Amino acid sequence: MTNASDTSTDTLPISPHVAAVEQACGPLEHSVYRGQQRVVVPAEKLLETLALLKDRGFDLLVDVSCVDYLEYRGAAHRYGLIYLLASTATNERLTVRAFVDDPEPTVASVVPLWKAANWLEREVWDMFGIRFTGHPDLRRLVMPEAFTAHPLRKDYPLQGRGERHNFPVITRDHS
Amino acid sequence: MALTQPVAQPGAPDLELPENVVVSRLDELANWCRKNSLWPMPFATACCGIELMATGAAKHDLARFGAEVFRFSPRQCDLMIVAGRVVMKMLPVLQRIWQQMHEPKWCISMGACASTGGVFDTYAVVQGIDRFIPVDMYVPGCPPRPEQLIQAIIDLQDKIQREGTITGREFNTQQRQLRKRALVELPLPLSIDAARNPNIQRELAGAARPQD
Repeated sequence: MTNASDTSTDTLPISPHVAAVEQACGPLEHSVYRGQQRVVVPAEKLLETLALLKDRGFDLLVDVSCVDYLEYRGAAHRYGLIYLLASTATNERLTVRAFVDDPEPTVASVVPLWKAANWLEREVWDMFGIRFTGHPDLRRLVMPEAFTAHPLRKDYPLQGRGERHNFPVITRDHS
Repeated sequence: MALTQPVAQPGAPDLELPENVVVSRLDELANWCRKNSLWPMPFATACCGIELMATGAAKHDLARFGAEVFRFSPRQCDLMIVAGRVVMKMLPVLQRIWQQMHEPKWCISMGACASTGGVFDTYAVVQGIDRFIPVDMYVPGCPPRPEQLIQAIIDLQDKIQREGTITGREFNTQQRQLRKRALVELPLPLSIDAARNPNIQRELAGAARPQD
């Protein structure tokens, strides 16, 4: 995905944090939207980037989320991971994104950096099937443990595949 | 009231009843006791639960119909009121609680979600609890007003008056007691073996309908 159109509408300078990440990882796609800094990093460099940003003061992991770009116009990758960071000292915020693809969408877990990532990554695993390597306890968070699909993927039907009605029936005579 | 006044038999000696004495059949008396002392099990999962609470509160005063004693232990209840949507993760819990209730027991499905799934036609929401547990009364509404729930309880009372005997033997058949006494663990629900599961087959057949 390109964010070039966003940068043209916003003239804020690129933050020093993004510059530091670029220094470590090479040139990256970054943008500013309504005063919010955003940067896209390669999935394999995600952990080292976030570790760097944590050292630079982003002590709060606000959210880990995901988007399925299946059949999305102009999308080059299938899954977009979104990490929302914040600094409680300076009130700065930063959005870090990374893209992963089928068949084995995998990214490094950031639980070693922020404990808050534990349940957030479990939810992303549950809903999208992104594997977080190094996660201490990657179980489903919302759906039942025996569930096999990842229901927020765009190729999963809204009404499911019959899981919701796969239960024994208790009749009057059997209760 | 089902208590009946004695009918004068032609030719029989005039039977003079003392004051405050009525004559009835024991079966009817038992049913009259049952229907006027329902103990509800509030299985409230959504906004219907708020209306359920309002029904029990002072303004609508469910105590007028003898059903005000909400108990949170299924062992003490004989009327399950399922108020709100039931998701697939909750359904085994619902079934377990239903099995733990003692006979005689009844079930009211309160509101659109409990009865049909309502607007939540998604992968996680069970499309009507009557697919998996027996239901005696359905209350339409989203959510139903307390008056509607009270009407359902009154109608259920009529139904209770018509069934059952003093011995309660009809609630105590071998088949009914078998699984409940053993409290067998319900099988793990989600083996996604579509070919062998009639529920999934039915669901797939229904899902083939055109979407608008």
